[in-house]
Amino acid sequence: MEYFDSIVLAQFQLTEDIFVLTVERKGAPAAAGQFFMLKCWDRELTLMRPISIFEAEEDTLSFMYRVVGEGTRKLAELKAGDTISLLGALGTGYPIGEMHGKVALVGGGLGIPPLCQTAKELTQHGVQVDAYIGFRDQLFAVEDFEPHCQSIFISTETGSEGYKGFITDLLKPEQYDAVFTCGPEVMMRKVAALCAEKQTACWCSMEHRMACGIGACLGCSIRTTEGMKRVCKDGPVFPSKIIF
Amino acid sequence: MTLSTTIHGITFKNPIIAASGTFGFGEEYNELYDVSCLGGISSKGLTLHPKDGNEGIRVYETPAGMMNSVGLQNPGIEAFIRDGIANMRKFDTVLIANMGGHSMDDYVTGATMLSEADIDMLELNISCPNVKSGGMAFGIKAEVAREVVSAVRKVCKKPLIVKLSPNAENIVEMALACEEAGADALSLVNTFQAMAIDIHRRKPIFNNVYAGLSGAAIRPIALRMVHSVCKQVHVPVIGIGGIYTAEDILAFMMAGATAVQIGTVNFNNPLAGKELVDNLVKLCMQEGIQDINEIIGII
Repeated sequence: MEYFDSIVLAQFQLTEDIFVLTVERKGAPAAAGQFFMLKCWDRELTLMRPISIFEAEEDTLSFMYRVVGEGTRKLAELKAGDTISLLGALGTGYPIGEMHGKVALVGGGLGIPPLCQTAKELTQHGVQVDAYIGFRDQLFAVEDFEPHCQSIFISTETGSEGYKGFITDLLKPEQYDAVFTCGPEVMMRKVAALCAEKQTACWCSMEHRMACGIGACLGCSIRTTEGMKRVCKDGPVFPSKIIF
Repeated sequence: MTLSTTIHGITFKNPIIAASGTFGFGEEYNELYDVSCLGGISSKGLTLHPKDGNEGIRVYETPAGMMNSVGLQNPGIEAFIRDGIANMRKFDTVLIANMGGHSMDDYVTGATMLSEADIDMLELNISCPNVKSGGMAFGIKAEVAREVVSAVRKVCKKPLIVKLSPNAENIVEMALACEEAGADALSLVNTFQAMAIDIHRRKPIFNNVYAGLSGAAIRPIALRMVHSVCKQVHVPVIGIGGIYTAEDILAFMMAGATAVQIGTVNFNNPLAGKELVDNLVKLCMQEGIQDINEIIGII
């Protein structure tokens, strides 16, 4: 974990409200499922914003995020050459090193981007990866999964592309050694239940408002079967059996 | 140049103390910088029994600040004495144990236990706005505060700081009552009780409805309260409330504070503690301040 200033290399607008920000990595550690706290303001806003890692290349870090408020709006205004402060990499990511055989990644909405780096690291680790990605209507990031996945299953709630319905309708956990999920809580709850039924190990990535990002303020604690856990430090990735 | 200040016989290498609840027990921030550079660390608020804290959203950005409703999640005093103190003792800085409570008995039992432990000072939180039944109630009425401080004073062998709420009916009367009841120092202010509403969900942001406001937004009011209290009491005062810069530290000290606590700024800049120490040295040089104690209470 380091706190450092970096330079924005690129900013792409993918959809009306989804952006990809790429910055110089500056040697920062980063692993699938971890996140950084970002800020591009001095004191105009108080808190940094937690954004998960979309892609970690040797020299760059990319973050795919949705503009939901003032902080992300300011991040979306950044242009190549601008300065940004980062704190990270933070938290506990997916247990890539423990995996073998075949792993399914199940993502929904803005839970999809962190699974992209996860797919890459799993593949590098010699694990076969299938991606199940669910959208409301408009697709994004699908091409970023292609190099790292054996099969990609797509659903949209509107039926505009792929299967019409929820992505969880397509998942058969018994075909996998483990399932990693990230997305809306209702989706992850369903994935966890399907996995529990078939006794497939499942990990989920939780989202929470946070202040410090490093485990000190307890602003992001959630209740688990093993007691209160900090999303920023003990998570964001947890075994789903302790959450749902 | 002298930056060190003394509160009831305890010397702080500089007047910058990490505020309770924003800094855990120092361990996490110590991964970013050596927290021994700080004058002191006030621990996460402790209660007699372990507490899970509040459900739902706990932190929320507001204009020029933030609100929190953590609800004193902590491992309990026993676990702190067993494991926490040894960890904090690795840091060469004043160790303040911050303690909250739900009842007079809790406060007295907790203070008795902490008083026997290896801490430098006890900071009595009679002002947490985020705990139902008790908590802030002790911090509102001066006569209630007097009772709890007197009771704790009887069992507390360590220097006793009482942390005041800005939500007190009258902060000066509150301060005087605590001083008379035996407080060796006062720290003020805790967060202001505040509210935020999610208009789309038509519900309060926080499950407890009200939460505590901190950050730059409260700084001028906190400064006024520190000033009014310092004019009336004789014990040292620790200023708290949206302190972000070395200039803010000097302002609070000129208003009468002997030391300050920094809280919300740690979230805005995780290196704030270290940077403030460095900046304070530079600023004192610029301002021709040889000994920081010279400026305490000059206004």
